[in-house]
Amino acid sequence: MNNKNLYLPEMATINEVIEETANIMTFRVILNNPDAMENFSFEPGQVGQLSSFGTGEATFVINSPPTRKEYLQFSVMRAGEVTSKLHSLKPGDQVGVRAPLGNYFPYEDMKGKDILFIGGGIGMAPLRTLLLYMLDNRKDYGKITLLYGARSPVDMAFNYEVSSWLERDDLETHLTIDAEFEGWPHTVGLIPNVLLDIAPSPENCVAVTCGPPIMIKFTLQALEKLGFTDEQIVTTLEKRMKCGVGLCGRCNIGTSYVCMDGPVFTYAQLKELPNEL
Amino acid sequence: MELVKYLKSADLKSWLQELARENRVFAPRNEGDSVIFAPFDPEQEIAIVHPATLPPKKTVFPQSEKLVDFTYSKDPENLSRIMIDGKEVLPEGTAVVFGGRPCDVRGFTMFDRVYLAEKSTDIYYQARRENTTFITLACEKPETTCFCHWVDSGPTDATGSDVLATVVDGGYVLEALSDKGSKLLTSTLLENGESRKDEARKAHEKAAELLQDAPDLSGAPKKVLQVFDTMEFWEEAAAKCLSCGACAYLCPSCYCFNITDETIGMKGTRIRSWDNCMSAQFTMEASGHNPRPTKAHRLRNRVGHKFSYYPDIHDGVISCCGCGRCIKSCPVGTDIREIVLQAIEYEPAVGEEQADEQ
Ligand SMILES: Cc1cc2nc3c(=O)[nH]c(=O)nc-3n(C[C@H](O)[C@H](O)[C@H](O)COP(=O)(O)OP(=O)(O)OC[C@H]3O[C@@H](n4cnc5c(N)ncnc54)[C@H](O)[C@@H]3O)c2cc1C
Ligand code: SF4
Ligand code: SF4
Ligand code: FES
Repeated sequence: MNNKNLYLPEMATINEVIEETANIMTFRVILNNPDAMENFSFEPGQVGQLSSFGTGEATFVINSPPTRKEYLQFSVMRAGEVTSKLHSLKPGDQVGVRAPLGNYFPYEDMKGKDILFIGGGIGMAPLRTLLLYMLDNRKDYGKITLLYGARSPVDMAFNYEVSSWLERDDLETHLTIDAEFEGWPHTVGLIPNVLLDIAPSPENCVAVTCGPPIMIKFTLQALEKLGFTDEQIVTTLEKRMKCGVGLCGRCNIGTSYVCMDGPVFTYAQLKELPNEL
Repeated sequence: MELVKYLKSADLKSWLQELARENRVFAPRNEGDSVIFAPFDPEQEIAIVHPATLPPKKTVFPQSEKLVDFTYSKDPENLSRIMIDGKEVLPEGTAVVFGGRPCDVRGFTMFDRVYLAEKSTDIYYQARRENTTFITLACEKPETTCFCHWVDSGPTDATGSDVLATVVDGGYVLEALSDKGSKLLTSTLLENGESRKDEARKAHEKAAELLQDAPDLSGAPKKVLQVFDTMEFWEEAAAKCLSCGACAYLCPSCYCFNITDETIGMKGTRIRSWDNCMSAQFTMEASGHNPRPTKAHRLRNRVGHKFSYYPDIHDGVISCCGCGRCIKSCPVGTDIREIVLQAIEYEPAVGEEQADEQ
């Protein structure tokens, strides 16, 4: 019998805070127990519950890749109570971490294939972990394309590394914003439209996408138009979660618990589930 | 080894008092118009004529319980830095629950499959479950809202119980069903019950005879899922629902919870408390999107979970015990039996099937 306490977080210290945009902050945290930090292992796409004690817990993807383990990185968009409290924290402050939780991107099955990342807004966070993992294991994957969009340049998280992504010749990066903005040298247009313009080939390719529901809806349509099958599309869901371990009953879609069976699903798998997204 | 004892009705309180020396003992008692499980008090009548209004769910799964205590302290090296220490608060001590009904106690077996699963064992639940002994009272006759025999159970089903108590002339026949149960039956107040076994058997048969024919629910998991997209069906079922959540709170097998924090000064606790999927907030996402935006969607989840999703995951076991509490206590008369039967009988209107395919 497994006697681990499912609800007791590891105490951790915030090592670095990065102000990404007006409403997104990135936290790099280190578990206080050096053994726990040393032995911490996770897969790209898994999530964690971050607690600010006294306020509560909320779910975030671990967006640093497993190949870089000096710290665990979470990017937090302000949405309500816990996220606002987290935004008030500084380096040195204490948080609780319950992680890793959930399933992960099928990166083994993706080996030898071309990869198309399509991220919108904070939806770039889960893609970042997989993208960096693949860049760290570059020879295992074919052509990698990234389409990353945000409302405006100031809403674009991970700005500081996007420039280095643009410079790489083993990564094709497209950046887009919703509307014209002075000095913006990249594409302007909604993600699904830009996707149709780039028109990547579905041949031996897997598309990985995450973003707000409306973007996902039209991106799926665009991918279909380009000839991607449901099996070739991978996405990650943001259901409301509480326990993260399949007990509290909050995150189910029919028989599927997003906290255990997800958050990563292929579009083909999502279509099998009852229609309750 | 089968252990059977006989307890005179007049000795019930004395026996519970004996048990209360080493255990927290819970028994049903009247409170206003309700019957609730409360710590045994010899001054109060034990109310066992009718099944309790509230099942003894809280004896193993408290309405609200501490998970973690945390304390804040100043870092001695850097006084502006607040350190936090979190400690688990595990339940202690043993408990005995007298007078639950078969449906009440069977409810915990619905929890067990989830809370004691290998991949995520809930050690708080596990501690209480292991340290609680159930003396279950066999039912003599069904109430109008009872339908335990529709869901593979019955008025004398002892699944999940440690002792089955049967009312016979002048007292109770107590049959031990587990080691925990046998250990309880050592008091000198108890007589050998072998000679009374037949009487108990007869009482069980009589209770079974009073049951009306049960409909076949084996097709329920598939049928309930088949009407998933037929929103008119759920809108009609939920038409009067107030989203009050009484059905879920009173249900012996509803196990959803919330986790919240409370702080006073330099101390705080993380608390788990009952939650219910009939509430609009339950699945509200931070973006404002709610996958179950109306009461129809939420009732669909409650019925779907019990009669379709849970059985799909757990070898066909329906996670409703047929206690009828949600029917009896619903302020607007929502009847889960009717909903399930209607789902089983549902025939899509001509043309609708094709429309659903698109
Ligand atoms: C698998 C997964 C991965 C995620 N990854 C990320 C990530 O990497 N980065 C990120 O920023 N976000 C991520 N999220 C979303 C994030 O978990 C939520 O934004 C966060 O939980 C919001 O918490 P909060 O306490 O700040 O908001 P809350 O205060 O809980 O609620 C915010 C809003 O939700 C609604 N609400 C919810 N519950 C209640 C209630 N009880 N009462 C009233 N209103 C309520 C309201 O509309 C409210 O305004 C992820 C979510 C999931 C499930
Ligand atoms: S008890 Fe009745 S009114 Fe209240 S939530 Fe349940 S079905 Fe709706
Ligand atoms: S769903 Fe209703 S009848 Fe079934 S166990 Fe729960 S309260 Fe009892
Ligand atoms: S978050 Fe509790 S069951 Fe999934």
